[in-house]
Amino acid sequence: MSRTPLDTVEHAAETPDVELPWAELGLKKDEYEKVVEILGRRPTGAELAMYSVMWSEHCSYKSSKVHLRQFGEKAPQSDALLVGIGENAGVVDVGQGYAVTFKVESHNHPSYVEPYQGAATGVGGIVRDIIAMGARPVAVVDPLRFGAADHPDTKRVLPGVVAGIGGYGNCLGLPNIGGEVVFDACYQGNPLVNAGAIGVMRHEDIHLAKASGTGNKVILYGARTGGDGIGGASILASETFDDAKPSKRPAVQVGDPFQEKLLIECTLEAFKEKLVVGIQDLGAAGLSCATSELASNGSGGMRVTLDDVPLRDSTLSPEEILMSESQERMCAVVEPEKVDRFLAICDKWDVIATVIGEVTDGDRLEIFWHGGKIVDVDPRTVAHDGPVYERPYARPDWQDALQADDANKLARPGTSEELKAQVVQLVSSPNQASKSWITSQYDHFVQGNTVLAQPEDSGMIRIDETTGLGVAIATDGNGRFAKLDPYAGAQLALSEAYRNVATTGAKPLAVSDCLNFGSPEDPAVMWQFAEAVRGLADACQQLGTPVTGGNVSLYNQTGEVAIHPTPVVAVLGVIDDVARRTPVAFQEEGQLLYLLGDTREEFGGSAWSQVVHDHLGGLPPKVDLERERLLAEILISASRDGMIDSAHDLSDGGLIQAVVESALQGGKGARLVVPDGLDAFTLLFSESAGRAVVAVPRSEELRFNDMCGARGLPVTRIGVVDGDSIELQGEFTLTLAELREAHEATMPALLA
Amino acid sequence: MTARIGVVTFPGSLDDRDTQRAIRLAGAEPVALWHKDKDLKQVDAVVLPGGFSYGDYLRAGAISRFSPVMESVIEQAKSGMPVLGICNGFQILTEAHLLPGAMLGNNHLHFICRDQKLRVENADTAWTVDYDAGQEIHIPLKNMDGRYVADEHTLDELEAEGRVVFRYRDFNPNGSLRDIAGISNAAGNVVGLMPHPEHAVEPLVGSGRTDGLPFFTSILKKLVNA
Amino acid sequence: MARVVVDVMLKPEILDPQGQAVQRALPRLGFEGVSDVRQGKRFELEVDGPVDDAALARIHDLAESFLANTVIEDFTVKVEEMVGEEK
Repeated sequence: MSRTPLDTVEHAAETPDVELPWAELGLKKDEYEKVVEILGRRPTGAELAMYSVMWSEHCSYKSSKVHLRQFGEKAPQSDALLVGIGENAGVVDVGQGYAVTFKVESHNHPSYVEPYQGAATGVGGIVRDIIAMGARPVAVVDPLRFGAADHPDTKRVLPGVVAGIGGYGNCLGLPNIGGEVVFDACYQGNPLVNAGAIGVMRHEDIHLAKASGTGNKVILYGARTGGDGIGGASILASETFDDAKPSKRPAVQVGDPFQEKLLIECTLEAFKEKLVVGIQDLGAAGLSCATSELASNGSGGMRVTLDDVPLRDSTLSPEEILMSESQERMCAVVEPEKVDRFLAICDKWDVIATVIGEVTDGDRLEIFWHGGKIVDVDPRTVAHDGPVYERPYARPDWQDALQADDANKLARPGTSEELKAQVVQLVSSPNQASKSWITSQYDHFVQGNTVLAQPEDSGMIRIDETTGLGVAIATDGNGRFAKLDPYAGAQLALSEAYRNVATTGAKPLAVSDCLNFGSPEDPAVMWQFAEAVRGLADACQQLGTPVTGGNVSLYNQTGEVAIHPTPVVAVLGVIDDVARRTPVAFQEEGQLLYLLGDTREEFGGSAWSQVVHDHLGGLPPKVDLERERLLAEILISASRDGMIDSAHDLSDGGLIQAVVESALQGGKGARLVVPDGLDAFTLLFSESAGRAVVAVPRSEELRFNDMCGARGLPVTRIGVVDGDSIELQGEFTLTLAELREAHEATMPALLA
Repeated sequence: MTARIGVVTFPGSLDDRDTQRAIRLAGAEPVALWHKDKDLKQVDAVVLPGGFSYGDYLRAGAISRFSPVMESVIEQAKSGMPVLGICNGFQILTEAHLLPGAMLGNNHLHFICRDQKLRVENADTAWTVDYDAGQEIHIPLKNMDGRYVADEHTLDELEAEGRVVFRYRDFNPNGSLRDIAGISNAAGNVVGLMPHPEHAVEPLVGSGRTDGLPFFTSILKKLVNA
Repeated sequence: MARVVVDVMLKPEILDPQGQAVQRALPRLGFEGVSDVRQGKRFELEVDGPVDDAALARIHDLAESFLANTVIEDFTVKVEEMVGEEK
């Protein structure tokens, strides 16, 4: 049997003319030439595997990098930021010695192919990012976007995604406390499955992905390595270097939440005993990423023996091992004298752990296979010196026409009956209807610290049982607004998440984002992306909330048609005492309802325009960040001083949506009046930003009005909590029973 | 003197720390027990907490039931030590045959998480003396495999002997036969239920109610007065 | 009447966490020497009328489109028993 010799570094130097399948691995010609230039020779197959996967869009951010820099350049001065962009996840100081890490990521494409496993492994990945910072994960959130609610494929994708998120997150023991579910035909062939997680640690427990200390051991632990997610590398293995056919490679990665739960516990136990110098999770690009990032963030030197990697499939080639994206694996750097203890902890939790290499005093990452050196690179060139593209971008020619198609000119309800019918139509529409069919499949009680969970404005977790210190998180995004104006749309997403955190009584501190867009090769999409990033960076600067990290997902499109630009923004906040949190539900009859902020005729991109007219056009609501900040201050002060008993932010669906939700959750109705200067339709359906509705006990009325007056926040009394119906004086009455039926029957009817 | 109550951690246990907190809030001393350890550390009672031990792979509770710690738990339970199985703990108790019947997947095939109304049918067990018979309480429920099944003869026997300890009220969340949410063994020292009393012990978190606290004060009263 | 059995297994290259957990538990129960366990599903279809090639083809379609998720699973179809019919 003739067998091609192992493609070692030596062999590569001797055979400069061997053709490598760089194009099949997704590299451009100039990118391949750059690799050759960096190495001063042709790469080995293993090196090519590493460069190709690390220089992919997903890992290198090569199309988005030039824009993302603004998050750093425009970062506001913030004492709260302990670890910023570039690590596995950002870390924020929340006081009392606690630090919180959080991040949102996308798992869009895998979730379309196999909804259950795609969504499940998305949760797994984000949770490992959190563990890798040294934190115990305490909650997850899931912003989701699907195609039309009544499309047959939505019935395939949505239940699978929801079951996958639940199946994985519930099994890990992480409460699911927030997120969104949005339907829009633009996501039909490309659902957005974003997953966020929060973790808590003490300041001194922060860990970084860094391999330092010559002689320290590199330990791979967790699941065995299989042939997951290595389409490209299989080409290398089968066509170029070995005639023996490798076994078939999985099209789908299967998550093992039980393995991940063990990984969490054993990692936290190792942290507790101070056994870990540096740590990195294995996600996209697997060992290629973990070894090159650990090494390049340290002094640069690392030697790894691939033969020592525990395999699930013994036919894997070294290139495939390097590229494998098998789930539930972590890589730790441990001092030699602590290795035994580390391995003992892994053994206690039945987790497989193997020393696969060590930190060396050079600055080269060297990888060996069957005694031959198959990788010899400067790890920085793999991890950080990837290509950077200034992709052309241009405002699409249809943008003007879209903005000119003014939603404010759409036909409005002409009679009270019509107004009433549109209220019912709105609150029962798929986007505005109750999502409890979905959220009841998620555990929100586990860990015993959940203060608020969906459908509250933000999820809230207690992090100290004694002091009551807590954190809140909200995720928001509105692709319709962003389509009309991506700059404003991104700012509105931030505004809404910021407002949602403040509405529950927490002070917004920091931002993570998941930027979902179409193909960067389309100048129109690239313009949307550039505008959205610029808008978000500007707004974060003004609101004083730094972006701590996040994720970019490009190529979200069906054929040539891109999704709406969909920047999803997560805001993290802190609350000194969770006993002071403000819920959405009306608490007591007789309390006064106040509308905070200004209500204008703003219907562009609104839920009303979508539900009643199936229309998208005009301009999104006006952004006023100073107003958002003032509103947040008022909501936080009112919560702290006990001036309000419930509060709900106004966003999609406008005031009527908010009042219906507060009423249904509290089981108490409301009598509303149209204030002077507004008409009933605008009051109910406008989506002007910077607004909230609060319920004020009568004893606090004076104090609350004085506070708003003194700080210059417009406040309008619009009614009172009362009875078992929602009555708009002179217009209509809807009983809570009718509203409940309308609001709650939609999802089960579509999905059950 | 207070009571020492053990809480077993299996690989994949999730509500073990929450159960320890509930025991502490009730005034007893929680003691962490490890699945590989036969030693029960002289505890006065044991709780098998909720979670997905071994990922619920094979069948919920099927692999944990063979843990070393379970040898001791089974032996002690048979000689009268109070044992409470919550959710996955209940599933382990049925797999270990300390309680009759078995748990199957929810009839609607989904995980379900809700604040569930229950009626206390038997307030004489070691874990329910602080309730009144017939009392209605709300306890969070969260599970995938919560459908209690047993043959007719067993069900009749359970009913006749007053061993149906809790029944679902208003809504049967998983298709359990005869709305059974929790049962006991003949002696009344071993109780299992699907809902999670440890998530209803503080007004601020979890369900926001404290309807679950009497589980833990019941056992404390029982043990301290014993 | 005939019984047609459809066995559905995860494809060999797909990770099977359930099988792994069972396999790892075996030594503790005193079962040594089992190096791998994979868990599948078995469907028994009671079919009216003769199970001819056309019927089998329909069942094959059913298995492919519904009983198995061919993204991650393989399946086999076999006729297990015939009742009251010569073939």
